[in-house]
Amino acid sequence: MIVMKNICKTYRVARRNAGFREAVKSFLHREYDTVTALDNVSFSIADGETVGYIGPNGAGKSTTIKILSGILTPDSGECLVDGRIPWKDRIGHVARIGVVFGQRSQLWWDVPVDDSFELLRDIYSIPSDVYRRNRDELTELLDLGKLLKTPVRQLSLGQRMRCELAASLLHSPDILFLDEPTIGLDAVSKIAVREFIVRLNRERKTTVILTTHDMQDIEAITRRIILIGRGSILLDGDLSDIAGRGDLDHTVAELYRSYDI
Amino acid sequence: MNKQPRKTSAVRLYLHYISVQIRCMMQYKKSFLMTTLGQFLASFNAFVGIYFLFRRFHSIAGYRYSDVLFCYSLVLMEFSLAECAARGFDRFSGLVRKGEFDRIMTRPRNEILQVLGSSFELTRIGRMMQAVIVFIYGTSQAGIHWNVWKGLCVLITVLCGASVFCGIFLINAALCFFTLEGLEVINIFTDGAREYGQYPVDVYGKRMLRFCTFVIPYSLVQYYPLQYITGRSDSLLYAFLPLASLLFLLPCVALWRFGVRRYQSAGS
Repeated sequence: MIVMKNICKTYRVARRNAGFREAVKSFLHREYDTVTALDNVSFSIADGETVGYIGPNGAGKSTTIKILSGILTPDSGECLVDGRIPWKDRIGHVARIGVVFGQRSQLWWDVPVDDSFELLRDIYSIPSDVYRRNRDELTELLDLGKLLKTPVRQLSLGQRMRCELAASLLHSPDILFLDEPTIGLDAVSKIAVREFIVRLNRERKTTVILTTHDMQDIEAITRRIILIGRGSILLDGDLSDIAGRGDLDHTVAELYRSYDI
Repeated sequence: MNKQPRKTSAVRLYLHYISVQIRCMMQYKKSFLMTTLGQFLASFNAFVGIYFLFRRFHSIAGYRYSDVLFCYSLVLMEFSLAECAARGFDRFSGLVRKGEFDRIMTRPRNEILQVLGSSFELTRIGRMMQAVIVFIYGTSQAGIHWNVWKGLCVLITVLCGASVFCGIFLINAALCFFTLEGLEVINIFTDGAREYGQYPVDVYGKRMLRFCTFVIPYSLVQYYPLQYITGRSDSLLYAFLPLASLLFLLPCVALWRFGVRRYQSAGS
C-alpha cells in the first residue's frame, strides 16, 4: 500500500543567461529560482495494482518516483509505503522495492551478468534457495540463458534491459518502479518487456508503477493512470475512462492541451 | 509477511565488491600493468629529491636522512592504501553530478560501504611497493632496534593513517552534495599532505605540529610514531597514539550523513 499525502518538493535552480560574461557574473553573484517540482501531490495505490504515471517532460514524474524510492526527501507532506517512510527508513524500505531506470544501468559494466546477479544477492542478502529459484525463473521468462555469461558492455540495449529487469526482481520485491523501461528498445524487445511485466503482476501480485511516454506501454501494462502536470495531479482514474476514442497518443496529447501543460 | 533474511555481513559484501572490481580491471590487463608501473616509477621523483637534498645537508632540524625516509615511506604507504580503498570518494563528484548516486540510494545497504565498493584502485599497489621498498631501506639505514611493540606500532600507524586520508576523501565527497564539484582546495590535505609528510611535522614549526595533532591528525600517524620507533621516546603512549586519529572520522562521517540528506539527484 502506497499513500502520498500533500507532498511538496521544490528545487533551487541556479539561473543565468547564456554567454561568457554572464557566466562570470553568475560566478560572482548567483541568482536562484525556486522551481516547484511537486505541489500538494496526493494519491494512494493498493497492493497488486498497475499504475501508469504519465505527464509531459518536467511535470514531476521522476521526482515522485525518487521520493517513493527513498532517493529524495520531500519538503513537506506525508508518505507511507507499506507502513514505512521511504526517506526515514531507507534501508528497510528499499529492500522491499525494485527500481529500473531505463536510462541508467544497475549492472556492473565489465563483468558477466551472472557476476552482477551474485553481487546483488549479497547486497540484498537473498537466501541462496530463493536466489536460485528466482534467477532460474527469471532466466527462463526473460530468455537470458545465453546472456548470463556475457559482459554487460557487450549486450545490446534490448538484451541489457531484460537483464536489468531480472536484476531488479532477484530479491522478489513487493513493488516495482519502472522509469521509462522501454526507451530506445526495438519492437521485439518492447513486447518482451511488456509481456513480462504483465505476467509478473498477474503471477506474483507485484505492484507496478510505470512512468513512460510510450502510450502503448500504458495500454499493455496498466489499468489505472495518474496524470501529473506542473507538479500537480490532474487526473487519476481508469485507463478506459480516457481511452476508447481511437489512438491513445492523440487522446493524451489532447488531454495535455486541455490542461494547458 | 516476509521473513527477514539474515543480512550478508558488511565485510563479506565488501570483499565481494572488491572481487568484482578486480575482475573488471582484469578485462584491461595492459592498461593495469602500465598504470601500476607508472605509479611505481613516478613516486620515485620525491625520493630522488630527498636523496639529493641530503647529499648536501646532513640533517634538517635534527632529523637525519633515514628519519626522513621513514616519514616519507610511512605517509606514502598510508596514502596509497587510502587511495586504493577510498577511490570511490575521490571521484565522487561524477557520481553525484550525473545522478548515479540514485542507484546507491535504492539499495538496502549503508551508503559509505557502497561507495567504497564502487571503486577499488589496485594500480596504487605500484606506489605501495615503492613505499615498502623505501621503508625497508630507510629503517635499515637508521639502525632501529625492532621489537614486537615497534612492529605493532608500524602496522597500527599505517592503518590509522590510511583512515585519516580516507576521512579527508570522505569530506571532499560530502562537499559534492553542496557544490556538485569536488573542491580542489581539499587536495592540499591529500596530495599536499603526502608531499609535506615527507618531513617530520615539527620541521614546520610548533603551530603546525599543534594543528596536525588536534585538527587534522597527521602527526598522530607520522611524528609521534617516528619518535617512538627511532627511540627518541620510550613512551608506549606514542606507539598507540595513532589510534586516537580514528576520532577524526567522526566529524567526517557526520558531514557525509548531513550531505546525503541534501542530495538532489539529477536528470529524469
